Amino acid sequence: MAWTMQEKLDWIRSPKRPNVDDIIAGVFTDFVELHGDRLYGEDRAMCGGIAKLGDTPVTVLGQRRGHSTKENIEDNFAMAHPEGYRKALRLAKQAEKFHRPVICIVDTPGAFCGVGAEERGQGEAIARCLYEFMQLKTPVVSIVTGEGGSGGALALAVANEVYMLTNAIYSVISPRGCASILWKDASRELEAAEALKITAQDMLGFGLIDGIIADSKLENMLYRHIRTTLLESLARLSEHTDEQLAQMRYEKFRVYGVFEQ
Amino acid sequence: MIIDLFEKTRASSKSIQKQKKPSAERVTVTCKACGKEWSAQQYGKNSYVCPNCGAHGRIRCRTRLKLTLDAGSFQELFADIKTADPLGFPGYAVKIAKLREKSRQEDAVVTGTGKIDGIPVCIGVMDSYFMMASMGSVVGEKLTCLFEYAIEHKLPVILFTCSGGARMQEGMFSLMQMAKVSGAVAKHSQAGLLYLTVLTDPTTGGVTASFAMLGDIILAEPGATVGFAGRRVIEGTIGETLPETFQSAEFLLEHGFCDQIVPRSRMKHVLAQLLRLHQGKGRCS
Repeated sequence: MAWTMQEKLDWIRSPKRPNVDDIIAGVFTDFVELHGDRLYGEDRAMCGGIAKLGDTPVTVLGQRRGHSTKENIEDNFAMAHPEGYRKALRLAKQAEKFHRPVICIVDTPGAFCGVGAEERGQGEAIARCLYEFMQLKTPVVSIVTGEGGSGGALALAVANEVYMLTNAIYSVISPRGCASILWKDASRELEAAEALKITAQDMLGFGLIDGIIADSKLENMLYRHIRTTLLESLARLSEHTDEQLAQMRYEKFRVYGVFEQ
Repeated sequence: MIIDLFEKTRASSKSIQKQKKPSAERVTVTCKACGKEWSAQQYGKNSYVCPNCGAHGRIRCRTRLKLTLDAGSFQELFADIKTADPLGFPGYAVKIAKLREKSRQEDAVVTGTGKIDGIPVCIGVMDSYFMMASMGSVVGEKLTCLFEYAIEHKLPVILFTCSGGARMQEGMFSLMQMAKVSGAVAKHSQAGLLYLTVLTDPTTGGVTASFAMLGDIILAEPGATVGFAGRRVIEGTIGETLPETFQSAEFLLEHGFCDQIVPRSRMKHVLAQLLRLHQGKGRCS
């Protein structure tokens, strides 16, 4: 499925796309959702819980996007507040305690931008995720399933292995935001999307992800692809000690960057 | 991008009556907070803080190093790491070349070692004059190298942060710097070493959402804008104008996200005091 950039952008916005709930139901079994950050509140935009992948208990985290306007309003269009990131981190630390791998389903336009989010330290919440995930002594695997929007996506993508679906995007800024800042013209979104190089194929070419998971219009096929990828990934990672996994994660991100020297 | 707090204006000798040398050009600085006009010399002597209202002007990294470190103690490190154009982003290479020439520096951060009241430190200063100190690969790499150097030499790290966020012209390579530097901060912390951040105007976006908020102790300059999202983005979302104090250093202090607001005139003193408090074993003997 070699889609054009416009097709990808349209697909990203489609409410029909499988969301984190669908993926959890299709890929895992025995899911128990866990709520709250124990500090301030519950954030529906961030889904988290424990499930089984085959025979292995895992912790699953992911931004939640609705299938309808009503659902999207409840889920804040998958834009988490600080309490969402703090819940994710709480559950990741819990996973570490019980030696459970962490699986992140990344799908968000970005962290929420609002007064409450600033008051409660959106920057600190994301920073803390990056800092703690980098040291987490358990396997972490992330899949960008739709939109990997900036720091709000990265907070769930400091992983030992990072995958993207064929038509997913992963970007430092939304193409629309980029066009309006650089060219003062949000309608040049498509041009910005091309210039930013945000496709799964770009990311793989840059070496910033580990693989592409073949998307499929048949959802059961897609879930099978995801399950296979995760099982293989966890089998590889289980050969390493928890300390090695944290060190490998650091070394993986350590080499990212392009400069002259 | 946020506009400079102070505007440099060149007034010709004709407009200034009481000058000894009527032929000389006089550089004046107008405080944007209170509107008072100062000679550049007067303003510079006051560390670029308005003598009338105390508003802190933005300063270049070299000035910051002079104000912070013991005279002659700065040794620059990692100056050979230079900007590339990994995406071939439209206009980026030309922009960087122009800025290099204009600003006489390579990218948006200067890193090195120095001494504060005789105490050796690793220091990094971001410079808003270079693409609003946006973080691309160079900023990320130099800061990561600085933390690694600090681990090797068992030194504290002091970072003066300011940034418009991640540098979009380097795409996802920029975003990854957030994780990379945060990882280096974690390694430095695991080694039991001290990391101090000083938030200066403006610290926003990906820098706020990574190393700026990870200091063991977080200080801020008075009035500095510090936040995750841009004020205009939030105002656009909620359809309201936000108060002046929103996302200020004072706002951060009130909400529990910085330890202390320290005026520029006292910054070196407070940093030295904190460094001294972290010397020794840290246990009662």
